[in-house]
Amino acid sequence: MEIFRYKKPLELMKQSKRFGILSILLVSVSLVLIFAKGFNYGLDFAGGTLVQVHYDQKAPIKKVREAITKDKKYEGASVTYFGNDNEIIIRTKNSSGSLGKDMGDTMRQLLKGTGHFEVRRVDMVGAKVGSELREKGMMSLFLAILGILIYVSFRFEWRFAVASVLALVHDVTIAMGAVVLFNVEVNLDTLAALLTILGYSLNDTIIVFDRIREGIQTSKESALDRIINESVTQTLSRTTLTSLTTFFVVLTLFLFGGEIIKGFSFTLLVGIIVGTYSSIFVASPLLMWLGFSVKDFREKEAEKLKREKEKEKMRQMYEGGTL
Amino acid sequence: MKTLNFRLVLFAFALIFGIVFSIPTLTQSESGKKITLGLDLQGGLHMLLGIKDEIAIESRTKSIAASVKYLFDDEEIIFDDLRIAGPGRVTFELLDEDDVAKAKALLKKEIPGTVLAEDGLKFTLSMTPEEMARTKANAIKQAVDTIRNRLNEFGLAEPTVAKQGEDKILVEVPGIKTQADEQRIRELIARTAHLQLMAVDEDRAARVMSMSASEAKSYGDVILPDVYNEHEKYLLRSIPVLDGSMLTDAKVGFDQNNQPVINFTLNGQGAKIFGDFTAKAVGKRMAVVLDNKVYSAPVIRERIGGGHVQISGNFKLSEAHDLAIALRSGALLAPVYVMEKRSVGPSLGADNIKASSMALALGFILVVVFMVLYYGMAGVIADVALIGNLFLILAIMSLFGATLTLPGMAGIVLTVGMAVDANVIINERIRELLHEGKSVAKAIEEGYNKAFTAILDANVTTLIAAVVLWAYGTGPLKGFALTMGIGILASMLTAIVGTHGIYQWLLPKIDRKRLGFWFGIKTEGGK
Repeated sequence: MEIFRYKKPLELMKQSKRFGILSILLVSVSLVLIFAKGFNYGLDFAGGTLVQVHYDQKAPIKKVREAITKDKKYEGASVTYFGNDNEIIIRTKNSSGSLGKDMGDTMRQLLKGTGHFEVRRVDMVGAKVGSELREKGMMSLFLAILGILIYVSFRFEWRFAVASVLALVHDVTIAMGAVVLFNVEVNLDTLAALLTILGYSLNDTIIVFDRIREGIQTSKESALDRIINESVTQTLSRTTLTSLTTFFVVLTLFLFGGEIIKGFSFTLLVGIIVGTYSSIFVASPLLMWLGFSVKDFREKEAEKLKREKEKEKMRQMYEGGTL
Repeated sequence: MKTLNFRLVLFAFALIFGIVFSIPTLTQSESGKKITLGLDLQGGLHMLLGIKDEIAIESRTKSIAASVKYLFDDEEIIFDDLRIAGPGRVTFELLDEDDVAKAKALLKKEIPGTVLAEDGLKFTLSMTPEEMARTKANAIKQAVDTIRNRLNEFGLAEPTVAKQGEDKILVEVPGIKTQADEQRIRELIARTAHLQLMAVDEDRAARVMSMSASEAKSYGDVILPDVYNEHEKYLLRSIPVLDGSMLTDAKVGFDQNNQPVINFTLNGQGAKIFGDFTAKAVGKRMAVVLDNKVYSAPVIRERIGGGHVQISGNFKLSEAHDLAIALRSGALLAPVYVMEKRSVGPSLGADNIKASSMALALGFILVVVFMVLYYGMAGVIADVALIGNLFLILAIMSLFGATLTLPGMAGIVLTVGMAVDANVIINERIRELLHEGKSVAKAIEEGYNKAFTAILDANVTTLIAAVVLWAYGTGPLKGFALTMGIGILASMLTAIVGTHGIYQWLLPKIDRKRLGFWFGIKTEGGK
């Protein structure tokens, strides 16, 4: 089977302005969402307590709400279904440092008489731990981007590094925007998903850049936009295929992986779509806009080659005993 | 046919290694190193505890005061107004000027880590800053050891107790069956188990019900409630006769009414102090105080030697059992509190395994089938590498005794998606080269060469993200980063080296005219 087979390179760079505008639009909307609406921080980052209760039959959510508010402490508690009708989640902002009696124990007493149930999960995060986790999370995103920037600069050229990191920031921002838009709860696993998007989207971009680098060295073309067109077309089939397989795998995770992992897989799904788009339509034009010059690069490469040849010659002379 | 090549041999070794070392995990056999399931998959209790270290200072201060009293009494130095003035500070007054030199020498020798300041005959004994820091550090270290001892004695399978950061304690207890058990374990950990034997202030005891806490303090007393009846109060001398640090053993026994009691034994010094005290206090009461609650306050009939003491109360047998463990493993120098807690019931853990295994299996089948449909035999080869990759991940994790968590499962699922990527890149290259009219052998060699830099760079960058996540992540995040990292490294071996070896091995059989079968492309009149 073969789906992508192009005799001629696609004229992608002609469209680059349109995609640029689309990207700027998406990033702006995401930023507005992030700053205006803000993240829906979950337990891990906001602190509080969460109790998951499983009923043998459909959970009597109304009765549960009534039962809970009997205790004044839990007045602000939210009760929602979780995944299916038998499962509910009770959330409060309270967190208690007491080891002896925790909220799970209290809930078991309060919910007596609402049916046959089992407390399956009690998670409590103190406010101090929450803010610590948030700081660490931010730090890890920053460090990952920095590490990638350094590596790509070292392997390619600084413009490649800047372009790929800009594309990364683009992807992560839009993924964050989607998280805010769909009111996905932000927990540690959401952070893991964002970091995975970082790695994944970069993966895609690097494959394309690798081709562009190769194209610069070997192509008959000398205009950057033509080389980019060639390279993107050549890698288009790989980019789409890999994205599709990964997309389907994450989709199965989203559909069948259970409720707990939904936030994680949703964020990844968005990230994969945006990451694929950006490595084709955003990263490469950025290279052009950053003023990358094929001529200079080739000259530098030629210089490097010459120097290496000279070294080789010197060594031969040295070994031959003529020096 | 060409003889075996080194890549194929390497891949075969990796495959055998993978299968052999993942067997213990897959069969869940008793022996051999295997992957342990995380708490989210098997159910259990995860807690991050903080410690109230100011309490450690407070109780150290108390024990300094108790030592001062004991030393002065023992050496017949007359003193008055011994009290705790603040954290780490004890004040007292000497009545006889002739005792000053003797007292100074005695304190210096017997109570290290303190400095003595004098103002006439009034003295202040304070802990040095180093001693304060040492006491705090000691409190956390001791808490880790104590909690570990308690959990071990409780008879649980492989609990983890470790210091995390400067001042936190990580406790992980897998395999808890019921909520009631979990509560019992939490109470066992939380129990400060601070045992004190305290004298009742008989002179003022009659007025205890109307006395305020501050008034009691002014006499150097403290008011503590009865353990079973909050309204019954005792007025006790705030400096204890002795505390649980001098205890050597604690066991559950039964009294004449067949009620569970706890018998404990004091060490030599404790027995001596206890004997001396009871000899002097005949006719008075002595309270057995545990965690600031009075369990009993019997009248002393005669001097009690031997250092055997009993705590009675209306204990349930399980309660007495847990209490004895707590006493035996020692008191916590400072109470602990929960900063973070996650508990997963066993049934939820089982659900999590079911859901994530299903997603893993489904995702895997999807990828495998797609590769065969799209690439023909090249896809089959990639799939063989993928299976090898899975075994390798399992084997490496088993050897490290790593923990598999729910996010870890997600990491494996994701690796499945990414591991075939290398083969997609390679296969696309080979197809391109075949379209250009290159020979099969040339297309394969060149395809691998050209694809390598791209795959390497892409994998290294993903690895950077994984390492950062591993270093900065906590608990479950680490699991995700670990499986992803191992998966990427393993895929380099299986997807690049392994498949290359298979191609080289099969090369003589690959027919340029049957590219549809081998690489899933239409042949264009090959050379």
